Amino acid sequence: MKVRTFEAWRGKPLDEVLYECRELLEDVTFPTVCRWRESGGKVVGHFQVYFPEEIVHAAGILPFKVCGAPIAAVHADSHFGSYLCSILKTSLELALSKAIEFDMFVTHPICDAARNLGAVWGRNFPYSCQILYLPQNANSPAAVTYLRHEYARLQRSIEAIAGRSVTEDDLRRSMAVYNRNRFLLRELYALKRTTPWLVSADEAYILVAIGGMIPREEHNELLETVLPQLAARPNKKQDKIRLVFEGGFCEQPPLDLIRAIARSCYVVDDDLLIGLRWILEDIPLEGDPLLNLATAYLENSSYSPVQHDLRKPKEKMLIERIRNSQAEAAILTAAKMCEPGLEEQVAYLHALDKEGIPYFISEFEEKMTSFDHLEIQLETFVENILFN
Amino acid sequence: MSTEQQPDGIVGRGNREGADLFRQWFSELNRTAEQGGSAAYVFVMGSMCEILRTFDLPVVFPEINSLQMAVRRVAHEYLNQAEDYGYSPDICGYVKADVAVQLRGGEHPMGRIPKPSIAVLTNACNTYIKWAEIWERMYHIPVFTLDIPGTRAAGTQTWKGNPDFENDRRYVQAQISELIALCERVTGIRFDIDRLREVMSCANEMSRGWKQVLEFNKSRPSLFNALTDGTIYLGVANSFRGTPEGGRYFTNLVDEMAYKAARSIGTLTDEKYRLTFIGVPCYPIFRRFNELFTEWGGTFVHSTYLWFASGGTNLGFEYDLARPLESLAEGVLISVRDAMDSMFYPDRAILEMIDDFHLDGVVYHPIKSCRTTSTGMADNRRSLMAARDIPSLFIESDMMDRRVVGEAQMKNRIDAFFEGLASRKQQEAAAR
Repeated sequence: MKVRTFEAWRGKPLDEVLYECRELLEDVTFPTVCRWRESGGKVVGHFQVYFPEEIVHAAGILPFKVCGAPIAAVHADSHFGSYLCSILKTSLELALSKAIEFDMFVTHPICDAARNLGAVWGRNFPYSCQILYLPQNANSPAAVTYLRHEYARLQRSIEAIAGRSVTEDDLRRSMAVYNRNRFLLRELYALKRTTPWLVSADEAYILVAIGGMIPREEHNELLETVLPQLAARPNKKQDKIRLVFEGGFCEQPPLDLIRAIARSCYVVDDDLLIGLRWILEDIPLEGDPLLNLATAYLENSSYSPVQHDLRKPKEKMLIERIRNSQAEAAILTAAKMCEPGLEEQVAYLHALDKEGIPYFISEFEEKMTSFDHLEIQLETFVENILFN
Repeated sequence: MSTEQQPDGIVGRGNREGADLFRQWFSELNRTAEQGGSAAYVFVMGSMCEILRTFDLPVVFPEINSLQMAVRRVAHEYLNQAEDYGYSPDICGYVKADVAVQLRGGEHPMGRIPKPSIAVLTNACNTYIKWAEIWERMYHIPVFTLDIPGTRAAGTQTWKGNPDFENDRRYVQAQISELIALCERVTGIRFDIDRLREVMSCANEMSRGWKQVLEFNKSRPSLFNALTDGTIYLGVANSFRGTPEGGRYFTNLVDEMAYKAARSIGTLTDEKYRLTFIGVPCYPIFRRFNELFTEWGGTFVHSTYLWFASGGTNLGFEYDLARPLESLAEGVLISVRDAMDSMFYPDRAILEMIDDFHLDGVVYHPIKSCRTTSTGMADNRRSLMAARDIPSLFIESDMMDRRVVGEAQMKNRIDAFFEGLASRKQQEAAAR
């Protein structure tokens, strides 16, 4: 590891650790990235949802998850028209305002808006701005081989930025770090599912989200310290309903909205920042690392409205998520102007109607500041379930 | 306009024959539906008609069905129905209009649309994928996504022989083979490579013609209006791709353009300002929208719509019939990639167009319904303005939803744009 970027939590009691994590997540000066850069490190920004960070990590570069921020799009607004989701604008704002300085930016064809970002970014910055074409025909037997080559192409671009080559052993070392990280995140979610009174929705979210802005070794150390402390909390179970939150795969809801939900419900599973948890199990370290990464993306991964896979009909996957977490209801939400999210909502609500699973529908925006109305509606929804 | 005797009414023939062919295509679809038959649902960017026609599958273009509803001013009825079903006002109007058509059992203002037996789509637009998922849920039909990797970064297109291009081509070709196997299962017809060659030969004739037609509009005055006439040509380019009628139509259209060019026969507009149109037209007030420009002597000599909505046929890629499958993969990859480039990276091409087509102005038309074409437009405009001193107009509305089409406001902005163009011309004249 080149430099430690986040030290404020070390040696502190759990509540203070969580406080420091929240402070970091809400600090729009991105101090961890600044520290990394000050030590001479390079940064590759990658837009939502999934990105094979291991390839960047193996080159000794910091991968930064670009997922907007609760800021005003002062510079970015004039680069876009209306009818667009907020995350596009605030993500570009981070770069235009120099809140974060990148050495490379990668976006993906996850939606019609996001796939434009490569071109928009490229017209405004001198560094490499490109689209990583993750396969959209996940059911073609040719997809894995294609993706392995696409990852090799990406690796060459990253090597050019890093000024060094990446060996298979470099990749394996990084994959081991990320395997450990995925294991720890699975443990965190297991805790949420089995004993949601030990970790609230907003606490779990904070712990996941800062993984996108610090080196993954540091994230592992943090989770390894915090998880046993969360499990040992003396918290008592409360009379709250268990529900699944769906709709946070790309633009992120404000932290206060998640906290407002957590006041009346146990969020036992969700798709928040699903890209950080996309690969469901350890990726094998033996054999061709890029092929293993590609195989894991296609064969051993979660679901989201931005991936079409005949083996993973989204509404079926959502119902599975609800059943597996023993949730009683779902919050079906979407970011304003998010086409894939809004389209999927329709499939979800018809499927949940059929299954008789109650749901609460809403939209959000990252710059929302008032949650009173939503909280009252949600409380009414919860009371209906509790007393009917 | 010339008063010379026209051979067989050649002037305007493309519009007449195009409208006839289009009606013929819709009535065929209506007959298929009435007889209980089904069709392949496809999209304009990568329709794969070459393969589907080899299996004699009728093709339905839901995008074209939807825009017809807007042009016929009934789109709002369909949009309302889809919104009642649960769809947000903020998603693509084409999708919602089609959902309502499906909920009405195929009822469409131009006839009945057959149900799908298969849906074939590319990733040129992500909404295609979400749209096809709706049919998958409604009809439980096979849905085939032909994944075509696009340009990774501006100006980095790769070509035959480059390892990255070959990786993409192999992926596309493998998927085409999978699509053929799927069509065999759906239709019960065995794949015939010679039939494919015939279809590809017709597509070659069309591609050749389409490229030439677009080039012809460098003429002064312009020979056709890219917004209105161009939309008729596009209709034929899509619905008759891979057919002898389609190939012949474009050969005849080239003849018409050559005839008009030789005699300086322009469009009906007394051409004062030559414009290019970036985006998708405003179909809810299609005729009026065009008039707002032609009343000032503005004519659209080009449009990126004629590139991307023809699936990149504008490149004029011709298949090598000696190696049909490999060549089809190459052609689809290069053409659909170009269609995507015209939406994401049009700035370089527009810069070239300014001189080639003697442009006076650029009109950007971002719309609520289409993030694919609209997201990058404002930034694109900034970049163009930084590179060249050319007036541009940025007007937002929609291709389907009349709730976001403000004609009076639009007129104000268009009038101001033309006043600016007029003043600029005066200053240029004074400086000479």
